[in-house]
Amino acid sequence: VSAVVGLCVALPLFASAVVLGVRRWAVLRDVLTLATMATVTGLAVALLVEVERNGTVVLRVGDWAPDLGIVLVADLFAALILVVAAATILVVELFAIGQRRTPSGADPSVVSPMLLVLAGGVSLAILTGDLFTLFVAFELILVSSYVLLTHQGHAGQVRSGMTYVVINLFASTLFLFGVAIVYAATGTVNMAVLAERFPELPAATQVGVGLWFLVVFGTKAAVFPLFSWLPDSYPTAPTTITAVFAGLLTKIGVYVLIRFFTLMDLDELGPLLLVIAGLTMIVGVAGALAQDDVKRILSFHVVSQIGYMIMGLGLFTVAGVAGSVLFLVHQIPVKTVMFLAGGLIEDDQGTSALKKVGGLATSKPVIAVLFALPALSLAGLPPFSGFVAKLALVEAGVASGAYVIVAVSLIGSLLTLLSMTKIWLGAFWGEVTPSAVPASSRRSITIMQSAAGIAVAGTLAVAVVAGPLWDVSERAATELLDRAQYVTEVLG
Amino acid sequence: VSVAMIVAVAGLVATGTFLVTSRSLSRIVLGFALLGHAAVIALLASGGRAGEPPIVDGDTDGDTANPLPQALSLTAIVISFGLTLFVLSLARRQQALTGDDLVEDDVEDRRIASTHEQQHAALDETREIEALHDNPEGGS
Repeated sequence: VSAVVGLCVALPLFASAVVLGVRRWAVLRDVLTLATMATVTGLAVALLVEVERNGTVVLRVGDWAPDLGIVLVADLFAALILVVAAATILVVELFAIGQRRTPSGADPSVVSPMLLVLAGGVSLAILTGDLFTLFVAFELILVSSYVLLTHQGHAGQVRSGMTYVVINLFASTLFLFGVAIVYAATGTVNMAVLAERFPELPAATQVGVGLWFLVVFGTKAAVFPLFSWLPDSYPTAPTTITAVFAGLLTKIGVYVLIRFFTLMDLDELGPLLLVIAGLTMIVGVAGALAQDDVKRILSFHVVSQIGYMIMGLGLFTVAGVAGSVLFLVHQIPVKTVMFLAGGLIEDDQGTSALKKVGGLATSKPVIAVLFALPALSLAGLPPFSGFVAKLALVEAGVASGAYVIVAVSLIGSLLTLLSMTKIWLGAFWGEVTPSAVPASSRRSITIMQSAAGIAVAGTLAVAVVAGPLWDVSERAATELLDRAQYVTEVLG
Repeated sequence: VSVAMIVAVAGLVATGTFLVTSRSLSRIVLGFALLGHAAVIALLASGGRAGEPPIVDGDTDGDTANPLPQALSLTAIVISFGLTLFVLSLARRQQALTGDDLVEDDVEDRRIASTHEQQHAALDETREIEALHDNPEGGS
């Protein structure tokens, strides 16, 4: 079984090299890319089933002793997020195949191999059991994201790409310093050994290391006040790219933040995390209200929603962390599908500026449905997945007596609804604007709409299986907070 | 850890951070090169003095150094080398597009700046109209 863990990382990376070689043969390239992502998704599902039944799977790469070599650890949290991430990349790849014939489409000979590298990096970041491999995984993700963001070479992309690259390079350098600090303090980069030795450090060192990594992972996750690079860079990329960035990149930052903070038992930083969470929610949604372009509004919502995930972590209770896990699972598909719907609007109208678009509810009812369902879910209305996830967080907050953050999160939800209404009024009601689609690309529109449709179905499925999913989230959170169990399972 | 290492890391970080905050992308690349060196030296320093290898039950000479930080450094060097090339190509592209390699203001900054100017322009306009009302005979 442990070979499956390795395959989830190795398969997409190997396939990306092959796809890069055959990038000129369009059919072969697309089939290979889709087949690889479908296989990885299948493997991830199998892994989740296995982990859910028989407990954590650990792969010791090269059969080295765990404190010397690299370990890959698939516990319940990792397996759950891996399934969602792999399925998301699969759907986005399908959408990209449809979009490549439209004017705004990205170059598929670059996107296919780079998405596979991204998938390999995401798998590695989720599964890795040591801090330095995590650094390498982040670099894999970031390098492919740099290429995906700037490969068309438009002036706007190069401008925002420069900011994006510089910020992320700086965060990566800080990460490297963080690894050096941790190694100097404890003599290991293996997270299980680290979890054993970290509590023996002086309290001040613990807090210092915690704050250092809060800055590193917080920049990747785009929390307040480290988010300003995100709303500027995301909207400039082609829709496919923005969708996968919004759905996955910041969420991997949150995933690692949850992993690191629970494993190092940094609960003394909980109150600080709650303050950051509240500010992220409000500042993000306030930024969204000031915008008048669909993609820019959605980009600010990416920031705002990160706050909810940090809120659950900041509570440091099983219910709170379980809420964060559930929110992650809900947020990855919802965020992706909202950007895909935004992309459909842009492809249909030639722009996503609210002033120039109108009447889509009558002229393009399919897009309206594809947008409305995830929008209601994002705002947290019942019976959608967003409601379930937010309810879990609010209950956890009330149980811990953190009433301020609960109130802030509810205000944030209301403002989210307000901002979704703004998109709806601007783009879907009002005077019908003519479609800018040439008749030749109808087929690609069908592929794109069905890809977005699959993703919407996925978000609805999250709400349908909310009960079992909550049980799994709760078990994952119990595992996360029980550090001794992780240590015994990895070190054996 | 010797003082020389600390001084070297501090100097490189200070210079590197200064360069990274500049507008020109070629200076930023140099800044990241220095910051990368600083991180590598910090990694080496984190291995401690020579003679403490983490090899279990190994009969090693007393002056053998810890190999792990060196392996980590090597990986970090390769990654930063690749990224330096990418940033340079980005600078080249920006130069082809705009004639220089300066990092521009983001959309939001420009919009705030422009609304500020508009408000001033609007204010000036109202003053002119008010002046006209006060003195309807003498228009210019």
